[in-house]
Amino acid sequence: MDLTGREYRKMSKKASPPSPIFGNCIKAFLFGGLICTMGQLTTDLAIEWGMTQQDARLAASVFLILLSVILTGFAVYDDIAKHAGAGTLVPITGFANSIVASAIEFKSEGFIMGLGAKMFVIAGPVLVYGITSSILYGVVLYIVGLF
Amino acid sequence: MPERIGKYTVSFSNRPTVLGYAAVAGKKEGEGPLARYFDAIFEDTTMGEKTWEKSESALQREAFSRSLDKAGYTPSQINYIFCGDLLNQSIASTFGLREFKVPLFGQFGACSTMAQTMAMSAVFIDSGAADTCAAITSSHFCSAERQFRTPLIYGGQRPPSAQWTATAAGCAILGLAGNGVRVAAVCGGRVNDLGINDINNMGAAMAPAAADTIANFLTDTQTKPEDYDLILTGDLSQIGTDLLYDLLERQQIDIRAAHNDCGLMLYDRESQDVHAGGSGCGCSAAVVCSWLLSKMEKGELNNVLFIGTGALMSPTSSQQGETVPGIAHLVHLVKK
Repeated sequence: MDLTGREYRKMSKKASPPSPIFGNCIKAFLFGGLICTMGQLTTDLAIEWGMTQQDARLAASVFLILLSVILTGFAVYDDIAKHAGAGTLVPITGFANSIVASAIEFKSEGFIMGLGAKMFVIAGPVLVYGITSSILYGVVLYIVGLF
Repeated sequence: MPERIGKYTVSFSNRPTVLGYAAVAGKKEGEGPLARYFDAIFEDTTMGEKTWEKSESALQREAFSRSLDKAGYTPSQINYIFCGDLLNQSIASTFGLREFKVPLFGQFGACSTMAQTMAMSAVFIDSGAADTCAAITSSHFCSAERQFRTPLIYGGQRPPSAQWTATAAGCAILGLAGNGVRVAAVCGGRVNDLGINDINNMGAAMAPAAADTIANFLTDTQTKPEDYDLILTGDLSQIGTDLLYDLLERQQIDIRAAHNDCGLMLYDRESQDVHAGGSGCGCSAAVVCSWLLSKMEKGELNNVLFIGTGALMSPTSSQQGETVPGIAHLVHLVKK
């Protein structure tokens, strides 16, 4: 066939329907916003009930993680995420989902090499590069602070 | 005896016959348009097993047992099994079929495995190396997802070009008796790679291989698409089908009037949320070993080309940035 890879990739791109980016963005915005609003609401309620602001923020994170874990355990989170996209992926709930989903999935390979080893198969890179970049940021901040 | 025609095709003088066939499917496939053709639909896709790999093995056992029953054979009457699936080291097939104690050749052709196993069975029978062979393949959505993609309950999104791995298995018992559907010829496919590296667009990755094999077969046999009642590709689904038409048109071959694709037939794409369509070894196996063979048995279709299509990537090759090569094997089926 006298067709180059470049030509074919062009043909393939033309034949493949694009993701509905605009609609996806709107949905991600709404779901992501909803999760943030729930976090804010939890924080405000916790302060109302006498927690310090720092504790209240922690309580909000714990609540959102718990909610995500429960919804993941009942296989509801992925049904929501199918529509919400980045709206459920980016917040702390998405991080919790990726760990719990992996833990449940790979339990069949045992508690050590399955659940234990593969729990961070998706979240692992986020931790590695998140922590690395925060260390680098800290070093830069320290150096800038010297002057 | 098998005889080579042209460059890629092998024609059979004895024309091995399909003695029995069966397809079993999962819940989602059982809600699709071909439900009434399946031998069994399992609402519980765990099949009562503890792991998805075991569930897929159970599908293979079911397909094999049911096709043996329909053919009126026992496992000991089968000389060789040719089988395969999508899992690493083909464990769904080998673990699933170990209890039958039949000599077994494991095959890997990705989603083209149904065509490949039928082709191998036919060659063995026509050459006199075997009297009866079984061609079996399966795929399971849940075992495939965990091997190739992400955990089942991970909250990700699938692009519109993604395909849905079928939870299904199909088996065809081939021999020399009776007057069922016959295998007239097979055409082995070459590995084709036009540089698609999106693992969520397997139809596009496989279309060049399908076009290559179809064109080679038509050249070898000096036939035209109009000579066939149906040209059925494995799991190109919507995008792959469109690209196949384009690719063949460049060679002045138009198959549109006779073509269909198992990936487009297995599900109702509108209502079943399968995006571009179905895929997996089980997809073409389920369509061929139910709908197609029963239509041919009744004489509603007499001259059919089945082209199993496979995307040959592995999780390792994809992570290493490799492209997705495609392969397609053709089986020419006739009634009469």
